[in-house]
Amino acid sequence: MPSQRRGMIRASEITPREVFLKRREFLAAAAGAAASLGGGTLLLGCGADASDHREDRSGRGSKLEGVIAGPQALSTNEKPTGFWEATHYNNFYEFGTDKADPSENAGSLRPKPWSVAIEGEVARPGVVPLETLLAPLPLEERIYRLRCVEAWSMVIPWVGFPLGALLSRQGLTSKARYVVFETLFDPEQMPGQRRPILDWPYTEGLRIDEAMHPLSILAVGMYGETLPNQNGAPLRLVVPWKYGFKSIKSIVKIRLQEDPPQTSWQRMAPSEYGFYANVNPDVDHPRWSQRRERRIGELAKRPTLPFNGYADEVASLYAGMDLRKNF
Amino acid sequence: MALERKQKARALHAGVLLLCALPAGQLAFAAAQAFSPTPPVPPPLGANPVEFLEHSTGLLALRFLALCLAVTPLQRLGWKRLGRYRIALAPYRNALVPYRRSFGLVAFGYASIHLAIFVGLDLGFDWKAVGEDLAERPYILVGFAAFVILAALAATSTRRAMRRLGRRWKRLHRGLYLAAGLAVVHFAWVQKADFREPALYAGIIGVLLLARVVPALASRRRAGDSSRP
Repeated sequence: MPSQRRGMIRASEITPREVFLKRREFLAAAAGAAASLGGGTLLLGCGADASDHREDRSGRGSKLEGVIAGPQALSTNEKPTGFWEATHYNNFYEFGTDKADPSENAGSLRPKPWSVAIEGEVARPGVVPLETLLAPLPLEERIYRLRCVEAWSMVIPWVGFPLGALLSRQGLTSKARYVVFETLFDPEQMPGQRRPILDWPYTEGLRIDEAMHPLSILAVGMYGETLPNQNGAPLRLVVPWKYGFKSIKSIVKIRLQEDPPQTSWQRMAPSEYGFYANVNPDVDHPRWSQRRERRIGELAKRPTLPFNGYADEVASLYAGMDLRKNF
Repeated sequence: MALERKQKARALHAGVLLLCALPAGQLAFAAAQAFSPTPPVPPPLGANPVEFLEHSTGLLALRFLALCLAVTPLQRLGWKRLGRYRIALAPYRNALVPYRRSFGLVAFGYASIHLAIFVGLDLGFDWKAVGEDLAERPYILVGFAAFVILAALAATSTRRAMRRLGRRWKRLHRGLYLAAGLAVVHFAWVQKADFREPALYAGIIGVLLLARVVPALASRRRAGDSSRP
């Protein structure tokens, strides 16, 4: 800096107006960039959009008519989880692995027309359009607890019919010892399937006595309406005494077979996910505890119940089995 | 002039710190709504606000750790002489250095909030459950180890501690790489099937570590060469 007499500034030293304006623009831009780094993306990069406070009606299905109340003893009288929560907090990796992803991405699924292949050890195999499959089966409401393997839970009013009723209609052979279900495989409709996160198509299975149990249902709706895509439209399994991942969504195939199947999560991590996957507070997931769960909508955790509170109904299915080995 | 420059740098630094605290403010505001007796629909922190708070504060801690580790490499990149050319991204040589401590402390701040949310909101101050988790869940132990390191570094982040520890200070504060590594392991260990996000952070921290190790080895080799008779 050349020494100057006080009060005397050479014209050449004065920053031209355009230049210092540019500098301000630059600083503002830099501050903006820093803000989006510090505030915007740092926070909002992780999911929820805090700006929209209106009730989101997207994803609501049409009202289901003629739904009868299911057997009282099989439904819980606990308060159902909010519809928004039940439809915006989903594990459905076919639409992304974040729990907000399915509600955002499941619009590409076309649940109509839909048909289900019923094959294997059945008297009447075939590919059945969903309407034909549903026609003879009265729809009933079942309010079930849902316990996810990730230690959170919900209460959902499902609309569906007993799985056993469908299987009986198809006529089982004596070799039908296991039921295997498959989800649709179509990366066009299910963008999450473009990456091999799991061994697609998603596969689940039940032992035949589990499948015939009156608690096991196939659901076509919830909250009195047809299933939203992100909840497994148009047809999904609900087995309330097992961890949620057993309740396979958007089913296109039901196969009856003699040998036990390999399910998707068993293939992914056999030490962490067993075939039975019965809710059990005494058998921890290798990486986290299953003793407690957070009911969505509640702050404090509550204790997890054996068989998700359905022990009276289903514990006898596993009499004599070591549930630590058969987790 | 020098004084003015210093003041400007301080003002900028204060501004940056304010921005660093902004996510905490946003989260606190949203949490106040989410935990109010009549939360709005859709709830501002999603269906599982405790999980959201836990996840986002953990991620913020990790991001500021990465930012803290990036300061020195950026400083070196941004102030270089290549023959007669000089690359200068910062206004003067050590302009970024004060930010290293700040980002480290901010990371420690978010890690503390993260831990407090886990103990307070998630486990409801059930100290027995805290003990069980520490003893039985390796990913929690690993996360806690990262926090302990950050706490030790935060406690020795003052000028006075720096003077007192002398050369040991530098060695101690290399522990930040260990803390960052443990934080990534902690993050990866809770994933069920999708490891892309932890892999991204592992990559970033790995590159930052290499950016320090490679020049250090090179200069050591140079020093070794020149000391040869």
